[in-house]
Amino acid sequence: MIDANNVVQQITKGQLFDFAGGVHPPQQKSLSNTTPINTIAEPERLYIPVKQHIGVQGSIRVCIGQNVSKGEPLTTSGNPFAVPVHASTSGMVVEITEHPSAHPSGLPETTIIIEPDGHAQWQLMPVITDYFSEDKVTLLERICQAGISGLGGAGFPTHIKTNPQKPVECLIINGIECEPYISSDDRIMREHAWQIKQGINILRHIINPKQIIIAVEDNKPEAMDAIKTACIDDTSITIANVPTKYPAGGERQLIQVLTGEEVPHDGLPIDIGCLMYNVGTCYAIADAVLHGKALVQRVVTLTGQALKAPQNVWALLGTPIHHLLTVGDYDPQRQRSQKVIMGGPMMGFTVHNDLVPVVKITNCLLVPDREELPDIQDERPCIRCGLCADACPAGLLPQQLFWHSKAKEYDKAQAYNLDACIECGACAYVCPSEIPLVHYYRKAKSDIKHQAAEKEKSEKARERFETRQARLLADKQAREEKHRLAAEARKKAMEQKGGSDAKDKIAAALARAKAKRAAAQTNKDAEE
Amino acid sequence: MQFSLSSSPHNRVRRDTSQVMRMVCYACIPGILAQTWFFGWGTIIQISLAIMTAIVTEATILELRKKDVSRGIRDYSAILTALLLGICLPPLAPWWLIVIGTFFSIAIVKQLYGGLGFNMFNPAMVGYVVLLISFPISMSAWLPVQSMAQTPYDFIDAFTVITTGYSQSGYSLVQLQLGVDGITQATPLDAVRTGLLSGMTYSETLSSPIFSSGWGWSTGWSAVSIAYLLGGIFLLQQRIINWHMPISMLAGVVVTAGLLNMIAPDQTGSIPFHLFSGAVIFGAFFIVTDPVSGSTTDKGRLIFGALIGFWTVIIRTYGGYPDAVAFAVIIMNIAVPLIDYYTQPRTYGHQS
Repeated sequence: MIDANNVVQQITKGQLFDFAGGVHPPQQKSLSNTTPINTIAEPERLYIPVKQHIGVQGSIRVCIGQNVSKGEPLTTSGNPFAVPVHASTSGMVVEITEHPSAHPSGLPETTIIIEPDGHAQWQLMPVITDYFSEDKVTLLERICQAGISGLGGAGFPTHIKTNPQKPVECLIINGIECEPYISSDDRIMREHAWQIKQGINILRHIINPKQIIIAVEDNKPEAMDAIKTACIDDTSITIANVPTKYPAGGERQLIQVLTGEEVPHDGLPIDIGCLMYNVGTCYAIADAVLHGKALVQRVVTLTGQALKAPQNVWALLGTPIHHLLTVGDYDPQRQRSQKVIMGGPMMGFTVHNDLVPVVKITNCLLVPDREELPDIQDERPCIRCGLCADACPAGLLPQQLFWHSKAKEYDKAQAYNLDACIECGACAYVCPSEIPLVHYYRKAKSDIKHQAAEKEKSEKARERFETRQARLLADKQAREEKHRLAAEARKKAMEQKGGSDAKDKIAAALARAKAKRAAAQTNKDAEE
Repeated sequence: MQFSLSSSPHNRVRRDTSQVMRMVCYACIPGILAQTWFFGWGTIIQISLAIMTAIVTEATILELRKKDVSRGIRDYSAILTALLLGICLPPLAPWWLIVIGTFFSIAIVKQLYGGLGFNMFNPAMVGYVVLLISFPISMSAWLPVQSMAQTPYDFIDAFTVITTGYSQSGYSLVQLQLGVDGITQATPLDAVRTGLLSGMTYSETLSSPIFSSGWGWSTGWSAVSIAYLLGGIFLLQQRIINWHMPISMLAGVVVTAGLLNMIAPDQTGSIPFHLFSGAVIFGAFFIVTDPVSGSTTDKGRLIFGALIGFWTVIIRTYGGYPDAVAFAVIIMNIAVPLIDYYTQPRTYGHQS
């Protein structure tokens, strides 16, 4: 458990900690961060996947042909881990179908397709201006109903995170944005610092943390100034200027930088008294509570040298990529093969086609030109140089993980703490043999997960079988016991009914049978 | 529109294996120049022969293994191995020596173990040790610093001696080894070793003509060491190598030599003698830093390097050979899996 007051004292003295490893890839932020966030025209169709967070999906509460308003919930659920999705603008539901997902796999998932009517008619939730006098549960309920899940990348339901079962020492607001190219958090901090501050106030009211720290990387001085201005009359908020190093924005890494403490490998930040929110999430919380607006849009960075007009835009959730590529003035001629990365160059994934929609965790579309990001397909043997281990922020030995993952020796990979890998890509970034290390780890992790699931399944089947066998055996034994008892009871009853009487009856019956047999024998002899 | 797919991260440091290998080759240049300046053209010819043999051997075996030959050659690893072995041989050693050594390094030590990345031992050092054990006389036929040689030789001489055994004017290798005083010049390590074995004290051995400076090291040999040190500093500065192994090896040499010299000052060499007389500097920056056969954890690298330094001094002092870097490296190569296993770093969020 950290001591928040100590931590804040250190930060105000300008003392920060360092995390192991890390890399310094070229920033490329100025490509997109010089112009204000642009408001763009609505697309012709919106593709809204019903599940955009970690957890369970709600059930769909609209039908084809139904008119919906902007901000109207499309799904509903009583499950605490379900977060609703909303119509991003007013229009008509034209289809509910399987559609390629905004996921590395690109697997189709249930998606509600809306054709906007062009009016953008809001359906607002009641505005809660005086949130200080509101019950915490009401506010959590509002955060959930507004469909807010972590906008930083993980997509964990915010209302669940905001209801910790342990006391919170430090509320940390993450404005690091350590991935190169991406500037959506940078721009939202510059332009909407005040609303972010309002979101933080709401979180403070709900969580009641001892200290609040806003962390901004030192490559974003303008954002830092804006945040400082917004917090100028609030001395209870500490602002940390974090040195630029990838992946300083990773939750566990940032906690280490600010507090010097590590989150236990099998625990959560709250176990050491920390709770972390992305600046975009704070903005969305303020929107939901103070303006009654559900989460229907987010800032998306459109960047890369293959776009003639890189910029940040307010994109409605569900906006297909081709619409944003048009906004960014995409020039396919600048690419060798057509490629769009959702997210940054380190952890982003390539999307399958241009109909993939923007979802709650989409912070960037990166469209590199042919010179910009190398195509990597020339994997060579590992020369054990150890650059990967020097770069790993989790203190792992990436090449050992690689050997064992490649050889499918998953128990050994796990012995080298494969689970602790955050897939930041620093190891593969520095690898001189261009080995797609993270790819091997992902494969190993998913195989391990799969194997564990299989094992659990077969374990359950075995248990079921054994239980059934035991039940059958018990039934059989019970039946036999019952028969035995019944027989004994009959015997007893017979004996009790007058012992000799019964014996006489048996003797008489035997005598009768004997006489009969003798008679038959006599007859037979006579015939002969 | 369908897009092409790839796995994250999508960005890379644009320094690949072949660049790393090439940088190490370039870093050898000052040392090679110094060697050529002090000991004549032989080294250059040895290196050229080694590189040719390495390319032919590597290509042949890759072809036999049905691998991409040009890709294999272009990673420069075979060329680097050849270069390192060529540097280690006496400048006028007969041509077949370097050919056998390089062939052994590439074919047996590297490719038979599975090629680049899979060799357990440092190929150049095993090649060197094989030659040293099999052909001890040829392998110790070092030349005097050319300014002190009775008969300095030129490039053509070097070529003919290496190929035929005699220079243009008919001098044999043995004659070329003579110093101005008409005595066969040994290496400084040899001189001290022979001296100590014949009952002289360490300080008496330093009166041998090879130690012209009063510092306990020989002009030519230490200058070569310093040239390699420059190359090593370049590699450190370019972050091609980590500081752990070279520094810990040097520390291992300093501590071991220092202790021995304290206990028995007359029977053992001083710290500067050990550092600058033989292959220690070259070894620290160019040999122990071979990533494939070395330790991979930071702590492991420190142990690996320090023990190589330790063994080098111990074998030099008590063993059967004047220099010992190659033996020390091979001994520690064997220990690498063990070292790596016991020096795993603490993972984030885990107890140590």
